[in-house]
Amino acid sequence: MRSRLLLFLITAGLALSFPAQAAAQAPIKVGEINSYSGIGAPFTGPYKAGVEMAVEEINAKGGVLGRKLEVLFRDDKGQPAEAVKHAQELVESEKVALIAGTFLSNVGLAVSDWAKQNKVMFVAAEPLTEALTWSKGHDYVVRLRPNTYEQGRMLAEKAGKMKYVKWATIGPNYEYGKRAWETFRDRLKEMKPAVQVVGEHWPTLGKIEPGPLVTAIMSQNPDALYVSLFGSDWLAFVREAQKRGLFQKTFVVGILLGEPEYIDPLKLEAPEGMLVTGYPWYDIKSPAHQEWVARYTKRGDKPPVLGSLIGYVTYQAVAEGIKKAGSTDRAKLVAAFKGLKVETPIGPITFRAVDGQSTMGAWVGTTKLDAARGVGIMVNHEYIPGEKVLPSDDEVKKLRPGN
Amino acid sequence: MSLLLVQLLSGLANAMFLFLIASGLSLIFGVTRIVNFAHGSFYMLAAYFTYSLAATLPLGPGAFYAAALLAALLVAGLGGLVEVLLLRRVYRAPELYQLLLTFALVLVVADAVRFFWGTDNKTGPAAPGLAGSVPIAGQLFPSYDLAVIIFGPLVALGLWLIFHRTRWGILIRAATQDREMVAALGVDQRRLFTGVFVLGSFLAGLGGALQVPRLALTTVMDTTVIVEAFVVVVIGGMGSVWGALLASLLIGVLNAYGVLILPKASIVLMFVVMAVVLIVRPWGLLGRPEIQLRAAGSAVAGERGVPWHPAWLAGAGLILLALPLLLPTFWVWMAVEIFTFALFAASLHLLMGLGGMVSFGHAAYFGLGAYGAALLLELAGWPMPLAFLAAPVVAAAAAAVFGYFSVRLTSIYFAMLTLAFAQIVFAVVHQWDSVTGGDNGVLSVWPPPWLKSPTRYYYWALGFAGAGVVLLRVVAASPFGLALRAVRDHARRAEAVGINIRALQWTAFVVAGFFAGLAGAIFVFLKGSVFPVYTETPMSVQPLVMVLLGGVGAPSGPLIGAAAYKLLDTVITRYTDYWQLGLGAILIALVLAFPRGIAGVLDWRRS
Repeated sequence: MRSRLLLFLITAGLALSFPAQAAAQAPIKVGEINSYSGIGAPFTGPYKAGVEMAVEEINAKGGVLGRKLEVLFRDDKGQPAEAVKHAQELVESEKVALIAGTFLSNVGLAVSDWAKQNKVMFVAAEPLTEALTWSKGHDYVVRLRPNTYEQGRMLAEKAGKMKYVKWATIGPNYEYGKRAWETFRDRLKEMKPAVQVVGEHWPTLGKIEPGPLVTAIMSQNPDALYVSLFGSDWLAFVREAQKRGLFQKTFVVGILLGEPEYIDPLKLEAPEGMLVTGYPWYDIKSPAHQEWVARYTKRGDKPPVLGSLIGYVTYQAVAEGIKKAGSTDRAKLVAAFKGLKVETPIGPITFRAVDGQSTMGAWVGTTKLDAARGVGIMVNHEYIPGEKVLPSDDEVKKLRPGN
Repeated sequence: MSLLLVQLLSGLANAMFLFLIASGLSLIFGVTRIVNFAHGSFYMLAAYFTYSLAATLPLGPGAFYAAALLAALLVAGLGGLVEVLLLRRVYRAPELYQLLLTFALVLVVADAVRFFWGTDNKTGPAAPGLAGSVPIAGQLFPSYDLAVIIFGPLVALGLWLIFHRTRWGILIRAATQDREMVAALGVDQRRLFTGVFVLGSFLAGLGGALQVPRLALTTVMDTTVIVEAFVVVVIGGMGSVWGALLASLLIGVLNAYGVLILPKASIVLMFVVMAVVLIVRPWGLLGRPEIQLRAAGSAVAGERGVPWHPAWLAGAGLILLALPLLLPTFWVWMAVEIFTFALFAASLHLLMGLGGMVSFGHAAYFGLGAYGAALLLELAGWPMPLAFLAAPVVAAAAAAVFGYFSVRLTSIYFAMLTLAFAQIVFAVVHQWDSVTGGDNGVLSVWPPPWLKSPTRYYYWALGFAGAGVVLLRVVAASPFGLALRAVRDHARRAEAVGINIRALQWTAFVVAGFFAGLAGAIFVFLKGSVFPVYTETPMSVQPLVMVLLGGVGAPSGPLIGAAAYKLLDTVITRYTDYWQLGLGAILIALVLAFPRGIAGVLDWRRS
């Protein structure tokens, strides 16, 4: 009888102590939603590698708030409705502290709106639409990458000082392509009122007819062409443009086109002399960044692309945000991300208190072929931080009717 | 002038690629009646094979050409294998099950490509000797494209010789016209089918391989090309290789001039042309009216359902009512999603199962229901219940317009016209930024506070989806439903007894559109937002797959299919990145094991 009582006490004691211990050690879960298949698939693989690297490093240093960070990856298949389903599952079933990720703008907006409705923090990584932090912005969303407005302005600041007057544009026929062009064109006209637009071309995303488009553009005789195509559309366009002599006649400005994601697949077919925004990882001198590139290359046996850096920095921000909040309490997380400072491989960035847009910038430079590596690279590049091109707090407040 | 000439040449080059792909697809359909979704996958595979082979074959400048030919041959062999190992097993099942099988293949091939080649975009080598350009009318024109313009007609000539100078080719022509008669004359159909599959896949492979020097390789090039190929085939007339050639030239050249004249319309140009051609010529430019197969009603299995026992129904109802008390929150949301798709699939089943009318564009009405509810709520400021109830009316109104034209056609032409209308709906919601928000969609479409909790919205969705399914059953059991079946099984006899076929089918189309719209309304308040992708082809394919998976001949088919598909998809996606492979493999296994759908097997066991 006594031994049974003893056994009971021991069992009860164990039962009581285990959950407490387990809770102290249970990892902090983060829900990661991204387009690992479908139209975003070519770009999310390196992003995922960046995320995993960041989490490994954070956990090796003891994690966040004494707990390990655990990322649950979900594939949205490029479908907003799928992404919302994952958000529900991650928050309701997995009890994640916050949601991060997304690549496509419409997926980002769908998740952001769900996060607002359910009062869950959402750290958007890659979507570029301005609506995310401005017209549809709210307290529960922040975004890492510089948006279309910022990148368009960065390019316009340089292009406005050039001699070109007659401009044409080609881009995918949805919000990204149109806003990328409008912000660029508006700033260009401000700087150089003589600018005229001689042609606009909006092929369907993923279904470009490159040959006829190149001929159509050349028939309009522009001095310069602004390109917001990307992915396979851009690659096919370049191949036709090279053969039809477009790049010999026309100066090209390309948003994002200096990113390794878009220039590497072209190998030595990449056009030279384009003014682009991008990521010259091979030529960024800061020791912190060089060290990061070495670590990344060693880990996956492949050099980074911009997606790798975005994935890495997104999860640095996630960790810093939770650390600053001191808990995974939703309201505290929201407060913590306001004005959150993060030390990244490319220097410090801040998530602005006014709109949650990070001050991460982009590199603006000119393309050139690197015969040794067999790809196009960026030269004469300059890092333009987000602060330089973002509108002021007062202007932003006018753009955010919801707040 | 020189611009117009160069544009014409560009258009011709594109037309030749369209012809290679479409002629193979048309051949396969003409003889075997299989709507081969996997044709685009063969095209993609050949491109990736060429990419890898060109880099490894030690043939110097000849490597690319050898690689292209070898890739096309490999793909041809693969096509033959697929026919012998998979499709042949389901020829006795209703024809549509072959479509489900090819859809499963699309999924499997897509993930195989992801696995072996990775997801990053690739550019293959230029064609040695044809990498440069030649000046034409003062402009540079790629010499490779010129070579393609010469090569295309040579392929057409080769096909002509096969069809008119060989016994095998003559048999193929005969089978395209009347397959049963050819069989009755003692020709081995199986060998004929395999041969056609090999030839058709070879043409798809050739098209894919020859694109390597021009385009970028992507993991989505299969789905991009397949819709275009179907459009060309249907404009030309299914089964007619010359029709495919004519339609390729039409579409290729029109697209080239389209970017000059109507740059903003490029998103729908092709579909508008198809719609116009089909309305004027219901069997395409060079197609012939189909001969109705003598085994009447073979497109769909005869209905086998024994009505469900009332005790079963009551039990199922009680379980559904109790579910939200038992399930964790996420699974309550999941159940709502399943109800939505069960209703969506049931509405399509009215057309497919009872009417024998397969729609490839049912997402249009689902999407319009969702957009209708969202816009009435946000722009017109209607209260949620009112916007919700108006949504199916919006969808039904659109279905009335599109259905009026669609029901004049039959079989694949009907399916493709519904697809064209869905694409037009997509283009409108995608381009009409000021109202629909374009690609950024309509956000914040949430139910009001009194309906927001998962449990309440569950009962709301259960109530409306349940009512919808019951009403569809009532329609099916009514004289109207019986007449619809009569038309499906033998249109001519039905007409002879005085049934107004078009009016009947038109009504069915509107009713199906109405309930698809209701499903869209349930869905939009579940997800909180609506985007143009809701009206796109993948959304139309989903209910199609569900109906087939569940069993097209059984009344409970769409419900079982929706639940099975959504649960499989959710669980597989949760555990693997290669969800397409998992889902595709399971679908193949299911089709081979249950060639009449899951419900077909259940009914058989009960009876």
